[in-house]
Amino acid sequence: MAYSEKVIDHYENPRNVGNFGTTADVKTRKDIGVGVVGAPECGDVMQLQIKVDESGKIEDAKFKCFGCGSAIASSSLATEWIKGKTLDEAMAIKNTDLVEELSLPPVKIHCSVLAEDSIKSAIKDYQKKNGLLKEEHEHAH
Amino acid sequence: MSLKLPIYLDNAATTRTDPRVVEAMLPYFTEVFGNPGSRNHKFGWDAEEAVDDAREKIAQLIGAQPKELIFTSGSTEGNNLAIKGAAEMYAKNPAGQTGRGHIITAAHEHKATLDPVKRLQKQGFDVTILSPPADGVITAKQVEEAMRDDTILVTIMWANNEIGTINEVPQIGALCHDRNVVFHTDATQWVGKMPTDVVKDNIDLMTFSGHKMFGPNGIGGLYVRRRRPRIRVTAQIEGGGQERGFRSGTLNVPGIVGLGKAAELCMEEMDSERDRLLALRTRLEKGLEKGIEHTQINGNRDKRLPNILNMSFGYVEGEGLMMAIKDIACSSGSACTSASLEPSYVLKSLGVGDDLAHSSLRLSMGRFTTEEEVDFAIEKITWAVNHLRNLSPLWDMFKEGIDVNAIEWQNH
Repeated sequence: MAYSEKVIDHYENPRNVGNFGTTADVKTRKDIGVGVVGAPECGDVMQLQIKVDESGKIEDAKFKCFGCGSAIASSSLATEWIKGKTLDEAMAIKNTDLVEELSLPPVKIHCSVLAEDSIKSAIKDYQKKNGLLKEEHEHAH
Repeated sequence: MSLKLPIYLDNAATTRTDPRVVEAMLPYFTEVFGNPGSRNHKFGWDAEEAVDDAREKIAQLIGAQPKELIFTSGSTEGNNLAIKGAAEMYAKNPAGQTGRGHIITAAHEHKATLDPVKRLQKQGFDVTILSPPADGVITAKQVEEAMRDDTILVTIMWANNEIGTINEVPQIGALCHDRNVVFHTDATQWVGKMPTDVVKDNIDLMTFSGHKMFGPNGIGGLYVRRRRPRIRVTAQIEGGGQERGFRSGTLNVPGIVGLGKAAELCMEEMDSERDRLLALRTRLEKGLEKGIEHTQINGNRDKRLPNILNMSFGYVEGEGLMMAIKDIACSSGSACTSASLEPSYVLKSLGVGDDLAHSSLRLSMGRFTTEEEVDFAIEKITWAVNHLRNLSPLWDMFKEGIDVNAIEWQNH
């Protein structure tokens, strides 16, 4: 499979790798939203953590990803894009934007879907911790 | 000295044809190009002489008589002929009926064994597919426990192609001879690397292939025992009656000459090569284990071919790993594309979890592998695994003492 130059760049020099503390730490921190999506047996797990400032802007974002080059690139790019955005702006990012930017082939579109899900999941976690989550958004998996 | 990239560590898939083999083959394309079946002229006689000479060399490599060898196009054909041919020959009931006889094989056999066996199952034979133990070694005891009064054929490979583990072939052969059951072994990964004596090792039918032993592609052989007991198989390819009727088709003379030369070289260099490969493999294993924590060698550590290493690196994903080591040609335990997420059935049959199966590499060395290449592989793989673990949320969880397998993941 030929990867695009942008995918290779993000894969080799991933941006914003890391977290804001251990799993237990970030669970209790109200300024942090955590999204973990995917499953090991499917070959992709993405973890996105956002740090939200008092004005409701995403001040910082960190990711970790278990997955192929396209999955790593999608989550790395997602952190770049959401930094400095409001929650609503970040919520509006679509996987197709990531596909376009990274020139992902059809078999790798699920990587971008996962990245979009991780953004939404992290935002929801933040909203839930801060009592901002609207009831209709909650649904069982 | 600079390395030529990518380096080749996939000798269990195929090997480079030894230049000495190619040299031996060349006259048989343009000079001695006759058909050994042509009995009336020198072109045919010369070709036949070359075939006889090659047959002699190959027979020596495996301790057989030249007449006991049938040339095939490779191990897939050899396995098909041995398994289907023996089943048909020794069937207890004619085609169209059930209860035609019982066949034993194992779950981590090559598809070229499993698929013919599955076809026979549809054609009225009963099949037992043994589950290998965690170390991958099929024992005679396990086969014995599966034996029935109507067992007609046991097919167990000598060494596994993915993990290199060595099954108890001589003991299984002895058991089969005690019970008057035909014993076939797919020795594709074994022959040429390890000492083979079909008589002492109690083998009735044995498959091998040229391109796994530094010979050419498209040529292989099936050993068919002629004495005590005399084994017969029903031909699967019919026509001109070549190879005593077992396998029709004009003989591939350059291929046969190449296989003969490859056999000769393997025999001459076997002992020194075995030691050299084992030293390289040990270097590779030790080097990787030193630089990377939490690795797992798949398959029995001692009962293994000297040239194959199958290692899992937990908490990194296979495709991502392959991307990081694109300068190393090797195989991944993950056949993972987004369309089919199917980790190696061989590793799964040993009970290796999906996570570890996905992140495993098969590194297989050969005659042309150098110490420098091994050192390059150690450095690259160590860097790649540590880079990816640094990125892996699962690695963090593991480090924090969270059981990744106990988490309820959202499946997509």
